[in-house]
Amino acid sequence: MLQYLIRRVVTLAITLIGIMVVTFFISLVIPADPLSSIAGPQAPQETVDRLRKLYGFDQPIYIQFGRYANRLAHGDLGTSFQTGRPVLEDIAKYFPATFELATIALFFSIIVGIPLGVLSAVYRNSPIDHFSRVLSLIGVSMPVFWLGLVFLLIFYFKLGWFPEPGRLDIMLIEPERLTGMLLVDSLIALDWEVFFDALKHMFLPAFVLGLYGLAGIARIVRSSMLDVLSQEYIKTARIKGAREFIVLTRHALRNALIPAVTIIGLTYGGLLEGSVLTETIFSWPGLGRYLGTAFLTLDLNAVVGGTMLVALTFCLVNLVVDLLYAFLDPKITLARS
Amino acid sequence: MLLKDTPVTTDKLLSVQDLRVHFHTLRGIVHALEGVSFHLNRQETLGLAGETGCGKSVTARSVLRLIDPPGRIVSGRIIFEDRDILTLDDTAVRAIRGGEISMIMQEPKMSLNPVIRVGDQVAEALLIHDTSLNRSSARTQAEEMLTQMGIPEAHRTSRRYPHELSGGMAQRIMIAMMLVTRPKLLIADEPTSALDVTIQAQILALMDKLVQDIRTSVLMITHDLGVMAETCDRVAVMYAGNIVEMGAVRSVLKDPQHPYTQGLLKTVPDKANPDHPLYAIKGNVPSLLQPQNHCRFSDRCEYAMARCSREIPPVYQMTDDHEAACFLHDGQSISSGGKQVDLMNP
Repeated sequence: MLQYLIRRVVTLAITLIGIMVVTFFISLVIPADPLSSIAGPQAPQETVDRLRKLYGFDQPIYIQFGRYANRLAHGDLGTSFQTGRPVLEDIAKYFPATFELATIALFFSIIVGIPLGVLSAVYRNSPIDHFSRVLSLIGVSMPVFWLGLVFLLIFYFKLGWFPEPGRLDIMLIEPERLTGMLLVDSLIALDWEVFFDALKHMFLPAFVLGLYGLAGIARIVRSSMLDVLSQEYIKTARIKGAREFIVLTRHALRNALIPAVTIIGLTYGGLLEGSVLTETIFSWPGLGRYLGTAFLTLDLNAVVGGTMLVALTFCLVNLVVDLLYAFLDPKITLARS
Repeated sequence: MLLKDTPVTTDKLLSVQDLRVHFHTLRGIVHALEGVSFHLNRQETLGLAGETGCGKSVTARSVLRLIDPPGRIVSGRIIFEDRDILTLDDTAVRAIRGGEISMIMQEPKMSLNPVIRVGDQVAEALLIHDTSLNRSSARTQAEEMLTQMGIPEAHRTSRRYPHELSGGMAQRIMIAMMLVTRPKLLIADEPTSALDVTIQAQILALMDKLVQDIRTSVLMITHDLGVMAETCDRVAVMYAGNIVEMGAVRSVLKDPQHPYTQGLLKTVPDKANPDHPLYAIKGNVPSLLQPQNHCRFSDRCEYAMARCSREIPPVYQMTDDHEAACFLHDGQSISSGGKQVDLMNP
């Protein structure tokens, strides 16, 4: 187990080096000059030249790469042209908001998606199966910005069930920043008013994001449940006299979850990148919006830093998925291979 | 004299009466069982023989009321002791399943749950039927059962997962799981067909020993007539959803009274004359899409008469414990016709 983890961490480091190289060369070949974006369109030539020298863009490529690699090796992601702050600081500021939202959204997808998938497999072609199919179709095919706007219109503007966009009511004071996640920080501070207000603010964006994940999870759980339910060992469980609930959970679902774990992992990875559109609509100060702006303003350091972070989270999520596999499926052993 | 009219006596453990099972498929209704009747006495082993698709497994599953859709038990009675399994509520049926009637299936490796330790799967059978039992004593009992099944290092083996076991070992686990609750009836659906020939006899012997120990009756489904000759007290031969012949194993195998049974016995290769060409019953199994209105075997039968393709033959009683559903017995008995291997004295 430990050996396996060490090997995975080594692989992770190699992956990150690969990503570092790729992002560097992509930043070189993009057909736009980051300097014109930093200096502005009307800047005189000498200003641009001075900036070029300042940021080291006048050096040969291998020197630029050497500096870049050296910086990253020391954990320095550089300074964002956009905010003027170190990229690492920016990420520490924006990522917790996305992490919090993504986790709640994933939680919602799982607790609704898995039972929905199970029910639509057990009651195949019944109203619950059709409902699940339609819900999945909406989740996958409706653009999130449209869903987000419609939900805001109905549940905030018309019905007033949920609060305005943003993370917290402007009249409330944020608790002391420890993790950057409002739910966690307010729990630590035992500030229930902030906790419940933050939760209410999170509901609509988490629902919109979670609907997409729910669709995938419900469909994969349904199809793998259908597959598992036709297996001989399910008949064995019934022959033993097990109650149907036990047959479905202990005997069928544990087997059916193995393929679902992949989808859940990929969904989480995707959610952790942050969603530009959802975060924009719900005024969510998260990574998606930060990176979206960074891309548009050619804020290269922020783009590279964000890409590295996203790659790192994907690798970590994959690692957790692989560990979960080994836990769920005894045929998979981590020791060898 | 019709079997269907015989009254239920007390030494009968299981009595299946006029069982009809239909499968509603896209091509129409498949009449899988059309009035199957038989009984099983306490501590008796009844063999159910017949080729693939004749309804052996459907009969077995019906006894546990585990016919999957699109199949449906249309009519009939399945009397177990004094209860009709077909009229019981779900809770009562679940108490019978695994507790009083168990079933071993053909593919041991497919029949064990791949993600649960085999010892826990055996222990689960106990826990389902005895709620007062705690987990650790159920485990201990399960391990004892594994030892009885001749499994070496029962404690270590019980911590293994099915994929770590051989087919023979998996079947021992299955048998242990199905007998650990000491059921009154064990249905064995081709328990050795998926196994290596070398361990078939071993498994059968082990099963037989355990069955004797706990005084369980067995409904043994097989298409291997050799297995049948060795293990069964009585046999029933099925063809296309009907029982065509039934009786004491010696009587049926030595002096078959139904042309289908005679044909079936002739298909057993003769080890004494290996150059002898293999025998095959001519023709094919009929489609079960049409409801039965005549003898299903008449198209392939060398003795077929005009009435065979018009009427359903009733069951004729030859001796106390030998009967056949064939018009040839409407008055007299037929001879065995042709040479066949003596399975009783190989």
